[in-house]
Amino acid sequence: MMLCKLSLENIKKSIKDYAIYFFTLILGVAIFYVFNALDSQTVMMDVSSSTQDIIELMMTMLSGVSVFVSFILGFLIIYASRFLIKRRNKEFGIYLTLGMSKRKISLILFFETLLIGIISLLVGLGLGVLLSQAMSLVVANMFEANLTKFAFVFSSSAFIKTIIYFSVMYLLVMIFNTYSLSKCKLIDLLNGAKKTEKIKLKNPYLCMLIFIISCFVLGRAYYIVTHDFLTLQEVTDILKPIIMGAVSTFFIFWSLSGLILRIAMGIKKFYYKGLNSFTLRQFSSKINTTVFSSTIICLMLFITICLLSSCLTIKNSMNANIKELAPVDAMFTVNINMDKYYDEYRNYGYNDFQIKNSHYTVKEKFELFDLDILSYFKDYIEVNTYATPDLTLNHTLGSRLDSIRTQFPFLAYDTMETIMKISDYNKVAKFYGIPEYSLNHDEYLIVADFKSMVNIRNVALSNGEEISLFGHTLKPKYDTCQDGFLEMSSQHINTGIILVSDDIIDEEYLVQNCLIGNYKTTDRKEITKIENHINQLDKSSKANEYLLPSGSTKLAIQEATIGLSAMVTFIGLYLGIIFLISSAAILGLKELSESSDNKERFKTLRKIGTDEKMLDKALFRQIAIFFLLPLILALIHSIFGILFAVKVLEVFGNEQLLPSIITTAIIIVIIYGGYFLITYYCSKNIIKNERDL
Amino acid sequence: MENILKVDKIEKYYGSRSSLTKAIDNLSFEVEKGEFVAIMGASGSGKTTLLNCIGAIDKVTSGHIFVGGFDITKLKGNELNRFRREELGFIFQDFNLLDTLTAYENIALALSIQGISASIIEQKIKKVAEELDIKDVLNKYPYQMSGGQKQRVASARAIITDPKLVLADEPTGALDSKSSKMLLEKLEFLDGLGATILMVTHDAFTASYARRVIFIKDGKIFKEIHKGKDTRKEFFDKIIDVVTLLGGDLNDAL
Repeated sequence: MMLCKLSLENIKKSIKDYAIYFFTLILGVAIFYVFNALDSQTVMMDVSSSTQDIIELMMTMLSGVSVFVSFILGFLIIYASRFLIKRRNKEFGIYLTLGMSKRKISLILFFETLLIGIISLLVGLGLGVLLSQAMSLVVANMFEANLTKFAFVFSSSAFIKTIIYFSVMYLLVMIFNTYSLSKCKLIDLLNGAKKTEKIKLKNPYLCMLIFIISCFVLGRAYYIVTHDFLTLQEVTDILKPIIMGAVSTFFIFWSLSGLILRIAMGIKKFYYKGLNSFTLRQFSSKINTTVFSSTIICLMLFITICLLSSCLTIKNSMNANIKELAPVDAMFTVNINMDKYYDEYRNYGYNDFQIKNSHYTVKEKFELFDLDILSYFKDYIEVNTYATPDLTLNHTLGSRLDSIRTQFPFLAYDTMETIMKISDYNKVAKFYGIPEYSLNHDEYLIVADFKSMVNIRNVALSNGEEISLFGHTLKPKYDTCQDGFLEMSSQHINTGIILVSDDIIDEEYLVQNCLIGNYKTTDRKEITKIENHINQLDKSSKANEYLLPSGSTKLAIQEATIGLSAMVTFIGLYLGIIFLISSAAILGLKELSESSDNKERFKTLRKIGTDEKMLDKALFRQIAIFFLLPLILALIHSIFGILFAVKVLEVFGNEQLLPSIITTAIIIVIIYGGYFLITYYCSKNIIKNERDL
Repeated sequence: MENILKVDKIEKYYGSRSSLTKAIDNLSFEVEKGEFVAIMGASGSGKTTLLNCIGAIDKVTSGHIFVGGFDITKLKGNELNRFRREELGFIFQDFNLLDTLTAYENIALALSIQGISASIIEQKIKKVAEELDIKDVLNKYPYQMSGGQKQRVASARAIITDPKLVLADEPTGALDSKSSKMLLEKLEFLDGLGATILMVTHDAFTASYARRVIFIKDGKIFKEIHKGKDTRKEFFDKIIDVVTLLGGDLNDAL
């Protein structure tokens, strides 16, 4: 069929020019498949059931993200194809003058899209299947699991899903193409190529004014997210600086496009040197039309940078934290004297029996379940914590309460403080291998590691706020919180434990008994068996009568952490890479599609005797400016974005920030830089084709 | 007089062995400093090929072209670019101005790629703009100018580097008769200032502004006539006579 042949020829003809488009489509399909097929990789891994649960959760999240990703890719494909069609207006005009009906031209386009779709899907899926083999290693590494066997994995569900999602996208593109073609007029199609490009120089004073205003607004947005951080109490509050940032980004590009040229023109020595005037004009003639896309690309890059670096920080920090924050095998706690706070515990959902039968230690509780918990342990310690309604955060903050309350209106000020005997805490500290402390009879100290809370408490401590406890008045030993914790976890979440001299404590106010120990066995499988057995107890009939001690074990924390960090990493990578290739592809495509105009211009330059080296340099600079400008602004945005993220993610710690930023930079340099180089070499090729003039 | 251009027995073949086209067939002539020479011929006579060879845009199959004593057929790569940049000035039928640059910047580019400083560029452009009467359009973009203005800007770009030789390929081809006349008067004026101009055309009126016309047919020199003491009108009539003699489609140009 002739139409098919035309389509095929068209694709062949343009495949070189739009290599970057095909490349991106293929990459998009491959990435889509790889991330949706992640679960198939875990099949050959030796993982526990709780890890399996996390993987399932991760897959659910990833498929949610996939919907979002498909929107982004859909947008990219429609944008790109609209772009490619515009370039071919004249060709369609010729078809129409030859008497071809619009329906037939639509058919040509239809075949083209179909062919492109099929080719990119097939190649992309092939690449995806290959990549996902390599991904097995990454997944295994992430879950710290051993590969039991290496097998070729293929996920048919991901395969089908990819085909369906991309088919829908291509179908939408076809409908869109047909629609936009049916709206065209022949005269416009034929004259499209001839349109004289009007170059308007923007009013420099207006540009300057808008530039300054935008910088100011942007600065304000930066300030809000970094310094006025604490005023952002609700999720919607963060929208304000985001909108401010986005709008000012647009206007900065708008005004810069006018300003850069104006300023450069002012510096005659620079402007009339070599091809500088040409390069700058190239840049400004295009940026007038690309302000909007530059803005989008800048924001996408910004999101990518923040996303990647904070996800990697979370992952790295969590893994590093585990060693420090879960130093022993297991810790079991029971609530004691629950009947004292009957109403509150009822509200939490405990039943009357559980509340009434709450006068046993951890060891005694387990004995009620016919379990000799101590038999599992090589060594162990037992400690208690206390609390009283007479010592809440309200009291600890003392005279500083009011000023802190206006700053942080949403803190739970009525929560009872956790109190521990200094000797008990030192037992724990010794067992954990963290610093021990000593206290005089009339002193107290606070151990905490949750940064925001530490800061709040330090305000009161540095003021020397005294507290009264069980009829004693205590003054702070230190003017800051000391580092330490009782509860094992994967993050720094200890909001504060008050340590006091042993003789002050009134045993009446005992609220918790903790048993902390190391197992006799170090075998992971054995430990899993023990812990599964303990967890099973919760299902026994006794659990309704007696509350089972709650445990936090190193293994459980590890698994949860690994799962969570894997989830965060994969989602971050998935979105980050898609964002990155989309924005780089748009830039590259824009640059290449203009190469036909550039071809003429470079031809002229060559005719008047410009050196090849000079031409290459001009081309390189021209493309570099286009790739760099959004990146530079995105980098500036990211500095503040990351500062903000660091505060939000404080609990994870930010010691791992630098390596994450370096990793992010490497990813961006490889992908974005790769696209830049491909664009440069493709344009150079297009321009070189005319060398023989 | 000094010899600016010497074309020595050049040949240019196109195509493969089986279907060989001789675009230029053993052609020789010379141009002296300060001359204004027109090359006339019908389409396909080889005149544009000749100009491309002289302009080092195309390579000859055999023979030599000497510009200012240098054999340009031996130049390669960037030497060619340097030669084009420093020794030649080009005026094209379709102007070949850069659409993104103003007239001033278009002219300046010819100098800036030679590494000439901005202050000298400014002086030179001022002078040439006066000579070619384009002072008013210096800050306009090509799309804001008439064809005649564009071609005068292109001419300014061609002569601003003080080239040994200005090559004009159908400079009036895209202009109406009034603009053509104005452009040719300017070229005549530039010639008076000492520029050496070699112009290719198929239009007798355009050719009549030159001081010598070389007629080419089938890649060979058919005839050569000098203006001598003739008025432009008399020279035009002489050209027409040769054109009639030449016959063929060159008549269409009348």
